Amino acid sequence: MKNFAYVRPNSVEDAVSRATSDRDALFIAGGTNLVDRLKVFLDEPSQLLDVSRLAMKQIATTNEGGLKIGALVTNTALANNIDVRNNYPLLSRAILAGASQQIRNMATVGGNLMQRTRCPYYYDTAFPCNKRQPDTGCPAATGINRIHAILGSSDRCVAVNPSDMSVAMVALDATLEVQGVEGKREIPFVDFHRLPGNTPERDTNLEPGELITAVILPPVSFAQSGVYLKLRDRASYAFALVSVATALEVSGEQIKNARIALGGVAHKPWRATEAEEFLIGKAANKSNFEQAAEIALKDAQALAHNGFKIELSKRAIRRALAVSAQGGGEA
Amino acid sequence: MSNEEKKLSPKQRSRRNFLGQSLTAAGAAIAAPSLLNSCQNKTADSASNDLVEGETMIRLKINGEFQKLNVEPRVTLLDALREQLGLTGSKKGCDHGQCGACTVIIDGERVYSCLTLAVMQEDKEITTIEGLATEDNLHPVQMAFLDNDGFQCGYCTPGQICASVALLDEIKNGSVSYVTPDLTSPPELASLSETEIKERMSGNLCRCSAYNGIVAAVQQAAGQTPPSPAASIENQQVEEVS
Ligand SMILES: Cc1cc2nc3c(=O)[nH]c(=O)nc-3n(C[C@H](O)[C@H](O)[C@H](O)COP(=O)(O)OP(=O)(O)OC[C@H]3O[C@@H](n4cnc5c(N)ncnc54)[C@H](O)[C@@H]3O)c2cc1C
Ligand code: FES
Ligand code: FES
Repeated sequence: MKNFAYVRPNSVEDAVSRATSDRDALFIAGGTNLVDRLKVFLDEPSQLLDVSRLAMKQIATTNEGGLKIGALVTNTALANNIDVRNNYPLLSRAILAGASQQIRNMATVGGNLMQRTRCPYYYDTAFPCNKRQPDTGCPAATGINRIHAILGSSDRCVAVNPSDMSVAMVALDATLEVQGVEGKREIPFVDFHRLPGNTPERDTNLEPGELITAVILPPVSFAQSGVYLKLRDRASYAFALVSVATALEVSGEQIKNARIALGGVAHKPWRATEAEEFLIGKAANKSNFEQAAEIALKDAQALAHNGFKIELSKRAIRRALAVSAQGGGEA
Repeated sequence: MSNEEKKLSPKQRSRRNFLGQSLTAAGAAIAAPSLLNSCQNKTADSASNDLVEGETMIRLKINGEFQKLNVEPRVTLLDALREQLGLTGSKKGCDHGQCGACTVIIDGERVYSCLTLAVMQEDKEITTIEGLATEDNLHPVQMAFLDNDGFQCGYCTPGQICASVALLDEIKNGSVSYVTPDLTSPPELASLSETEIKERMSGNLCRCSAYNGIVAAVQQAAGQTPPSPAASIENQQVEEVS
């Protein structure tokens, strides 16, 4: 690790102004992703701005009946919050499916949403990588790519976003509140993470210097049907090969509303909007769930070693939707 | 553990005692006191007045005592504990948050000391494996690991024990896990299932694979009657024969 200056900004404004005037500065919150990256020289900041002591640790009910979650709420605190467990169980489960208790205790909401890919080529500075150093190449495209993207990748980058929490947030139509030197702005969660395109070095649409201050969840009347199903190489403490978040509003025999989001398959948490639209007005049965899964994966493209993810995703969607149709719970 | 060792009081089978004994057995008794002394001296106050460039002086509260030390901001809490304060109970397995050997408890919550910087932990209450036992008694979780053979080589054990201590508090505080069937009714100590224990302990790997003993140790510490792993293997064999 290269050495750096360590600063504790005394307010959000102070943090943002320091980060804007020094483009080589980085925020640190829980540190569980950044310290790891620093150790392998992926980042060499001039200074670390420790925002972990700032006052963004509240979870409050909004006027609309949703929740406003401070960016420094820990993953553990959010997953265990009683309103989240009652009203957004798929968010609790998604968080609890990630990492380990020790990491979740340190990790914050903002840091989780900003964590970077676990692509082994990105992590190993002996390899070129367009994400780490633009225009050097993507060895994953032709290398060992079992964990890589099947949707929305480009010839520049086939990495996937590793966050479980983000998959739940995109399914729940969350909004991010961010602060820059010019003031606050809001970003719909679905527009927050980017596809790689020609600029894989940019994971998100956060502008330099901007700090995430909160995430806002709208009320989702049918969120109790929420399911988070995570499939991985071992039963716990591993990143997703494929994960699925679903929720369904079923009235009588008819589906009124559907949410389907996928993790582990793309450079961003993947909302399967077309499959959701297909389900609306249909009966909540096996054959419709099968068709929805086909629609969600119709543009999927396999690399040399990750073709299995396409079938795995379809099966996961079918299973998660079936559990959501029964009212939710463990999938 | 031999029967003779089992008869010793907890204090007699403390870690320090064990270290001294085994070094004596290996014929290197002279090394033992000096090794321990140098650690103890460092523990008292590892900060000298002259800072090297890039260093800052910080104050950490570890196992109830304030310690001053000079560190560069890039020094992890794990390295500060081990290299500067002589608290080598916390182990460095992977140094990347992937094994749990470095687990310590900060403000009541278990964390990986390899993934946090020492400077970030000023003013926090840090408890390491060295802080669990009292002068005369091992912590009940330490006893449970001994009673249930919750280890083989012992390298992962300080992390496993710190993780288990925090786990029990999490249960008391009503925390849920990925495998909790109903997120609105968290398990209690008495009803904590094996599946729950395994999921909640998944952040601590054991290369010796002492997992059965670790689960049994957590069950004992939770007040349950643990099946001794050895006993349950015997039972299986009996069943197969009959
Ligand atoms: C072994 C291991 C397994 C893991 N498994 C999983 C898993 O299965 N699923 C999963 O989802 N995650 C997993 N993780 C990742 C973990 O969830 C993240 O490391 C964690 O959520 C990051 O949060 P943090 O607060 O520690 O972030 P930090 O490390 O402090 O920061 C991460 C990044 O976010 C930036 N940042 C932090 N806060 C803000 C803010 N408010 N505004 C703007 N930028 C900010 C930092 O500058 C940095 O670039 C795993 C990690 C490890 C080490
Ligand atoms: S040494 Fe910290 S988790 Fe392995
Ligand atoms: S006892 Fe050897 S690693 Fe766990």
